[in-house]
Amino acid sequence: MTQDILDTVEFDAEGFMVNASGWTKEIGEAIAEALEVELTDRHWHVIDFARKDFEESGEPPTLRRITKQTGVDMKEIYQLFPDGPAKFAANIAGLKKPTGCI
Amino acid sequence: MAKPSRALHKSSGTNGNRKLALVTSKGSLDMAYPPLILANAARMSGIDVEMFFTFWGLDIITKKKMKNLNVATVGNPNMHPSFHIPTLLGALPGMSAAASWMMRGEIKKLGFPRVPEFIELLVDAGANVYGCKMSMDMMKLTEADLVDGATVLGAMEFMDLTEGAQIVFV
Repeated sequence: MTQDILDTVEFDAEGFMVNASGWTKEIGEAIAEALEVELTDRHWHVIDFARKDFEESGEPPTLRRITKQTGVDMKEIYQLFPDGPAKFAANIAGLKKPTGCI
Repeated sequence: MAKPSRALHKSSGTNGNRKLALVTSKGSLDMAYPPLILANAARMSGIDVEMFFTFWGLDIITKKKMKNLNVATVGNPNMHPSFHIPTLLGALPGMSAAASWMMRGEIKKLGFPRVPEFIELLVDAGANVYGCKMSMDMMKLTEADLVDGATVLGAMEFMDLTEGAQIVFV
């Protein structure tokens, strides 16, 4: 069901949303489902911060910035997104692929 | 245009799980960062990382040395023009310390952690960190001298661990 939402959204070749401002929580949930990530409150804590930070800076936050600002430490963020926290968090938050090196 | 999927983020490798092996053989400040940054980028992308520190590279994970890595101002062919110091001046006392201080400042401006914090970050990120057994014997070091999370490993064991990995030598 939730996959239908994704048909209404434009993605780039790597599956990142083209237009970050069109993101909703429902779209975030549908992307997470497509990525086989089961979202918990701690995931949302990271995603909400990434959204807020993006709105202020125009860039997806680096992983180091997320861990410094959210209280989700490095170990935990790798538990939340074991297959690549930088890409997975940005993808679910509807942001472009992060380019920061840290 | 592609819908999000796991496959799009899955790094391709021999077993579907890509693995990066970094051999770090130099312990100066300017040679320490490239392998640390690459290792971190790999972990952030979900790639497995094995890091082998050998010879002078051991300084990077040795508790007593890691805080005070320096840039060589003499005989270092890698000095960028903005850091460049003529060889004769580079030999003056304090020049290496000054260049190291400058580089630490630049690194900090970019938001990169200092070496001890960087190693801790990599261990937390799930990178495996090893000290080369032979080099440690030569330098009279034991596992207790290494940063928390690092273990001692022989070169042949490292070969076993990195079967199928992409190997980078720094």
